[in-house]
Amino acid sequence: MNASEALPPSTIDAAEVAKFSHIAATWWDEDGPMAPLHRLNPVRMAYVRDEVCAAFARDRAMLRPLRDLKVLDVGCGGGLVAEPLARMGGSVTGLDASAEAIEAARQHAAEAGLAIDYRCGTVEALAREGARFDVITALEVVEHVADVDLFLASLAGLLAPDGLLIFSTPNRTMASYLSVIVGAEWVLRWVPRGTHDWQAFMTPEELTARLETAGLAVLNIEGLSFSLADRAFHVSPDTSVNYIGVAVRRLA
Amino acid sequence: MTDNQRRVDVIIVGGGLVGMTLARALCVHGLETAVVDTADLSTTLAPAFDGRCSAIAAAAAKLFQAIGVWDQLAEVAQPIRDIRVTDGASPLFLHFDGQAVGGEPLGYMFENRMLRAALMKTAAATDGLHLFAPDRLVDWTRGPGKVEAVLAGGQRLVAPLIVAAEGRGSPLREQMGIRSARWSYRQHGIVTMVAHEKPHGDIAYERFLPDGPFAILPMPGQRSAIVWTVKASQGPAIMGLSDAAFMAEIGKRFGDFLGKLELVAPRWSYPLNFNHADHYVERRFALIGDAAHGNHPIAGQGFNLGVRDVAALTEVLVEAARLGLDLGSLEVLNRYQRWRRPDNTATAIIMDGLTHLFSNDLRTVTAARRLGLAAVNRIKPLKTFFMREAMGATGKLPALLRGELA
Repeated sequence: MNASEALPPSTIDAAEVAKFSHIAATWWDEDGPMAPLHRLNPVRMAYVRDEVCAAFARDRAMLRPLRDLKVLDVGCGGGLVAEPLARMGGSVTGLDASAEAIEAARQHAAEAGLAIDYRCGTVEALAREGARFDVITALEVVEHVADVDLFLASLAGLLAPDGLLIFSTPNRTMASYLSVIVGAEWVLRWVPRGTHDWQAFMTPEELTARLETAGLAVLNIEGLSFSLADRAFHVSPDTSVNYIGVAVRRLA
Repeated sequence: MTDNQRRVDVIIVGGGLVGMTLARALCVHGLETAVVDTADLSTTLAPAFDGRCSAIAAAAAKLFQAIGVWDQLAEVAQPIRDIRVTDGASPLFLHFDGQAVGGEPLGYMFENRMLRAALMKTAAATDGLHLFAPDRLVDWTRGPGKVEAVLAGGQRLVAPLIVAAEGRGSPLREQMGIRSARWSYRQHGIVTMVAHEKPHGDIAYERFLPDGPFAILPMPGQRSAIVWTVKASQGPAIMGLSDAAFMAEIGKRFGDFLGKLELVAPRWSYPLNFNHADHYVERRFALIGDAAHGNHPIAGQGFNLGVRDVAALTEVLVEAARLGLDLGSLEVLNRYQRWRRPDNTATAIIMDGLTHLFSNDLRTVTAARRLGLAAVNRIKPLKTFFMREAMGATGKLPALLRGELA
């Protein structure tokens, strides 16, 4: 069954969900279609850790810096981000529209011995339940969403008053077209062709403006750049391909 | 979780010097480890001295300070403050004075049993260090989310990562099908210890004799460890000599500058060969120490390189754990391999070059060697050993080798 059919037509792009359900079994294959996400993970998690430690006055060198924090990972897929968040001590909910991805995530977490509340559903439904989170991560997600404004407004509603939203997404530039579409999809075949719709990418300015509309203030945006020297992604001032940022609720 | 199943962060197979150092280093950073060894590690503490020693450089000593083992080690450590290198009968010699690098010792010598005793003593008082010895792995599997190991004693261990620290003949490396480059130097290293009348003054001597290098390394008390490299064809004959005849051969090479010599330890002979694993990591699996690289022991590099591996792997794993990353993922483990493999390769090549150059008795080579102090300057093993450390040959030195926690 296709889970997306049962869901209200909202932030969910049915074609996007189908695309990711199709490759659910390969989420954890470090050399598979999700290879770029595995490579992005150390730098993304470092950014999340550093921002959370700064906001909640915690020690970056501690082993479980997210202890006692309620964390929501939106568009969690197979759990690539949710699992590190749980290992960092967070009380984690993982949300995805693909039932296949959620099933893969549950299996993997069980094997790894991690307690994560995985749910198949939408942010707007969760917001209606009245759930609130100290930290929300939406990493490489907003570019796959149908109704961006509803999505961001729902995230704002899910955020606790002092909560942090951390987001990352590809920029819409010539450089991102060359690296994400031509490079990653066509040449390197890191990800299946058609994984991304470049037209759906947003520039940092566009995303910042739409977050503002949703009642969220962006505190910081950094670039994520791939270095050939150590074949790893690093935080850099260059936002032309991918960027990551943090937002909080604006004071009313 | 049932009583006989334990979940830890890292399973370490092999509770030797490198395995125990790694376990302690990880645990002081808050990770949990399980160490499995086939030997009853308490019997390896038996007081009889087996003659085996290790050298560590100053940077490795800093690691032991950082992980809280140095207090135990300082009492049994012999500092090396000065190294003198001579070539055959030539009066020319090179001199590395510890005073030149700030008065700190260049390195330290230990009896292996003392290192082991200190590590076992601290292990017993280390939170999160679970020792299973004597015990052995009867079965283990690498799944998508974990490694599961079953021990002969019935204990089940679950972890994201298993580390092979079993030494040169690593059975886990073989099971993983990781191939090693290996060749023999057709030489044997004969190791023993002598007592002498006069104090050694904390000085190490490296002599390049026609039949191979002969090292005299200071030990606590009026004793020195001997590392004598001979042609493989001569090894068995030398090992078969009576103590008196053996000491006569030692005496010829040692000289009389420290007075009368007395043999105070058994002799050990090792075929000198080189092995270097094709790669150090696989998903949920890593090689460390001699399981990854066995070098010519001409400069006592083995344990020292193992300590550098420990420093790098600890830093990589601790940083990953703080980010909640999967410690067994290639994304994490590749960082360790990228950090350590080039350094170990360079050391292997340097040691290899030394062996060939200094074991050559061709007249032209010998003459060139004696005349070309510059050439000797580039390749003296002990200098290479200690100076590389001081310079931080790998670029970024792990925090532990600077005496800091990661």
